[in-house]
Amino acid sequence: MGQIATPATGAEKSRKALDRAVIRFAGDSGDGMQLTGEQFTTESAWAGNDLATLPNFPAEIRAPAGTLFGVSSFQLQFGSQRVYTPGDRLDCLVAMNPAALKVHLRDLKTGGLLIVNTPAFDKRNLDKAGYATNPLDDPTLAERYRLHKVDMTGLTHEAIKDLPLNTKEKDRTKNFFALGLVSWIYTRPLEPTLDWIKKRFAKNKDIAEANTRVLKAGHAFGETAEIFGEHYAVEPAEMAPGLYRAMTGNRALAWGLIAAAQRSKLPLVYGAYPITPASDILHELALHKRFRVRTIQAEDEIAAVTAAIGASFGGAIGVTASSGPGIALKSEGIGLAVTAELPLVVLNIQRAGPSTGMPTKTEQADLMQALYGRNSEAPVVVLAPATPGDCFYIAYEAVRLAAKYMVPVLVLSDGFLANGSEPWLIPDVTTLPPIEIQFRTEREGFFPYLRDSATLARPWVRPGTPGLEHRIGGIEKQDVTGNISYDPDNHDHMVRTRAEKVRRVAQEIPPTSINGPATGDLLVVGWGGTYGSITAAVEQAQTAGKSVASIHLRHLNPLPPDLGHILREYRKVLVPEINSGQLVRVLRAEYLVDAVGFNRVRGLPLPSEEIYEAINQLLGSTP
Amino acid sequence: MSPSEAGAKEAPKYTKKDFESDQDVRWCPGCGDYAILSALQKTMPDLGIPKENIVFISGIGCSSRFPYYMNTYGFHTIHGRAPAIATGLRVARPELKIFVVTGDGDGLSIGGNHMLHVLRRNVNLTILLFNNRIYGLTKGQYSPTSELGKVTKSTPVGSADRPVNPLSFALGCGATFVARTVDRNIPHMDEMLKRAAAHKGTGFIEILQNCNVYNDLAWNVIYDRESKVQHELRLEHGKPLLFGPPDDRRALIMRGVTPKVVRAKDVPESTLWIHDETNVNAAKLLADLFAPDFPIPVGVLTAVEAPVYEDLILQQEQKAISERGPGDIAKLLTSGDTWKIS
Ligand SMILES: Cc1ncc(C[n+]2csc(CCOP(=O)(O)OP(=O)(O)O)c2C)c(N)n1
Ligand code: SF4
Ligand SMILES: [Mg+2]
Repeated sequence: MGQIATPATGAEKSRKALDRAVIRFAGDSGDGMQLTGEQFTTESAWAGNDLATLPNFPAEIRAPAGTLFGVSSFQLQFGSQRVYTPGDRLDCLVAMNPAALKVHLRDLKTGGLLIVNTPAFDKRNLDKAGYATNPLDDPTLAERYRLHKVDMTGLTHEAIKDLPLNTKEKDRTKNFFALGLVSWIYTRPLEPTLDWIKKRFAKNKDIAEANTRVLKAGHAFGETAEIFGEHYAVEPAEMAPGLYRAMTGNRALAWGLIAAAQRSKLPLVYGAYPITPASDILHELALHKRFRVRTIQAEDEIAAVTAAIGASFGGAIGVTASSGPGIALKSEGIGLAVTAELPLVVLNIQRAGPSTGMPTKTEQADLMQALYGRNSEAPVVVLAPATPGDCFYIAYEAVRLAAKYMVPVLVLSDGFLANGSEPWLIPDVTTLPPIEIQFRTEREGFFPYLRDSATLARPWVRPGTPGLEHRIGGIEKQDVTGNISYDPDNHDHMVRTRAEKVRRVAQEIPPTSINGPATGDLLVVGWGGTYGSITAAVEQAQTAGKSVASIHLRHLNPLPPDLGHILREYRKVLVPEINSGQLVRVLRAEYLVDAVGFNRVRGLPLPSEEIYEAINQLLGSTP
Repeated sequence: MSPSEAGAKEAPKYTKKDFESDQDVRWCPGCGDYAILSALQKTMPDLGIPKENIVFISGIGCSSRFPYYMNTYGFHTIHGRAPAIATGLRVARPELKIFVVTGDGDGLSIGGNHMLHVLRRNVNLTILLFNNRIYGLTKGQYSPTSELGKVTKSTPVGSADRPVNPLSFALGCGATFVARTVDRNIPHMDEMLKRAAAHKGTGFIEILQNCNVYNDLAWNVIYDRESKVQHELRLEHGKPLLFGPPDDRRALIMRGVTPKVVRAKDVPESTLWIHDETNVNAAKLLADLFAPDFPIPVGVLTAVEAPVYEDLILQQEQKAISERGPGDIAKLLTSGDTWKIS
């Protein structure tokens, strides 16, 4: 290993086995914490652990250095068993400066490992973080936590002092010291990071050398320094065999769309206007022109959705994406697709609102908007992925349903799923359900609003098809002929028909899988990105002998046909959501069950600890 | 051959009737829209495009009812968004011939942003902006092209906002083809439609249109026989800018950087302003002129070449495919860092 590190001191340090660990790297936006976390994630994936990640960064592009609001962090949980969430409380916190310590210390478990970069705790940074005195000098810190004060900046510079880089460039590699050190503590393989450095800095040998040396120096420091008495091993998790990759939600959505376009043999036209946290889907899709993916960076969200509708009218797969504020702008367009009965996929990567809200923070508060947020009766299909990897399947399903039923499909992802990643078992694409597109070409008996008896879908006709010239539009039309109609009974009929068409999508929904007993005291119902937190809490309750089960809805409109029956098999129903109670209202209204909400709207994933408490509370009040 | 020209095929011989749909036309009797519809149906057979490859896309407004009456493919969409819908359609289906029909409110008020961007992108389609200087469908409020001080239901003591000139707007957006025509001049409309339809890129035509119910004779300055003779300036490429009655011809000339009207016989022929459609700067000067102080330019102000948006997009796609082959999803899923668990 390192040319720089002093050789190991002989005495082998003891290695303790852990089931799981929760780690957070925190520092200034400029400290490279996201990269550090991503690399640590890759190392853990290599080590065969299951894992979940939570990147958390400021909305400001270059937030002023050292400030509390400029702190950026990356958290992950990895384990030898199923890992459902990035974890609630930290086993280990790496704080690269005082601001990071101040913001994140409260999440560290008592007795947890606290690693700080001491030189960053100077007067200026302490002032900026609002510390009157240096917290590292306070003896209670070392009493509560296993505090390790490390001169990361100094050791970094020492390791690369002979390289022809300036101070700033050298400084910037110190995140790899932290990575090396924590990699040693948790016995992670360095190979993936070394590989990454080689590829990333292929054109800059000095930077590559510096990062390599600093990474190894951090690792060697853990191995040799007296202060670390022990380190840990987390055995590989038992996971289904196969080929895996790390997958974030946004990439999974993009790839799911591409897979659907390929399967349907159609070009994909993606209209989007940049917005956090949806932009990465546009960036990703723009890379894949070989798949006949055509991206339009539109002038606004209205143009983005209407361009997608224009593409659908032309017989391509029209897709648009945004986040709350942009989805609001798209509503009139979505209504047009509803009445024109054209396929359309709309991705909403939810973020904290209202209005601009907290753009980089997650939320689940757009469910009502998805269900009802358009003028008049404008039902659409609504789907929600449960995990980052699930985004792939949901995007694929959205295209399949939109084309089969000639309806808009809204997908509710969120900031947590979008940026979070998990090990993803790469599917065999040939096993995905077929997407069979049949454009109408037959003139005999053609009408624009003639309906398929099973799906109620009208025919999809590509302009350019001889003999089928016809007009569609936003004005109410007579069923079958599609001619403009103001007839009252026809309108009533069309309102019902559009609703029934969406309702029929229920025939596509597989039986709901229940995690736990089929009947019991309590059922926890979730949707979207809270899947992990809910599952972890429910399994904890089950281990404690409670009669608790959970289900997670991926179809929010229509709801699964077996849902009403399932709800009645439990005495109580708990619905945890990152909003003030949206799904819970739907369930109460739809099924007349006395479902109870558990709601926190903090811009963060729901802590499974708190869901666990809510479960206990509700069970405790069982008469 | 550009991607957008691919798949062109021979059109059968059509007549005007082939382009008439079976729908009852629902404009007010006497509306200028009838003349435009009739002109367009008459021009269509001459374009030589198979009917099934023609699509009319409109927003909302009286003018935007247009697609229902054309026996082609059509999409009557939402207020102001037709240019964006048409852009998406063009990117999906570059072999189609698309016409966008819009009004002064639809295209320059609620849809002004999309109009700006479709023009600057130079998407290959033809835009017909029916300018009646009023909101017809909503029963007569002033529009962004109404004159300052316009008295309407919503402005009982006169409007307070200055009008936008559609031609200047289009040129300012970087439009590559800009023309003006009049609903009461069918042969000229026919000529402009053909020119615009043949243009590679966005062909923008302002059609001065009469709303006889809410803004009757707003364009009387060019309808009235006498006034028309006085003010109409027919733009013809390579010809001098001369107008007015035969016994009193006037010339539009440049004095420094300012257009001036003079008696034709007072100036030597060499100083006449010769209309050049390829000179966008000259077009910008012409676009702003109007009666009573200046003539009213009618015809093609500019027609220039520029890259077409969807051509570039498709070229990028074709380049990616020819260099690296068509995409393979199974390969994409396994690209980059992967690991095996057995
Ligand atoms: C979102 C929205 N806002 C407002 C309206 C009402 N509206 C319909 S047409 C129109 C103005 C049309 O004016 P113009 O484009 O000049 O068309 P004209 O009727 O004069 O041909 C308005 C305001 C609408 N249909 N949709
Ligand atoms: S209101 Fe005016 S523009 Fe509309 S149809 Fe009647 S006359 Fe024509
Ligand atoms: Mg108008």
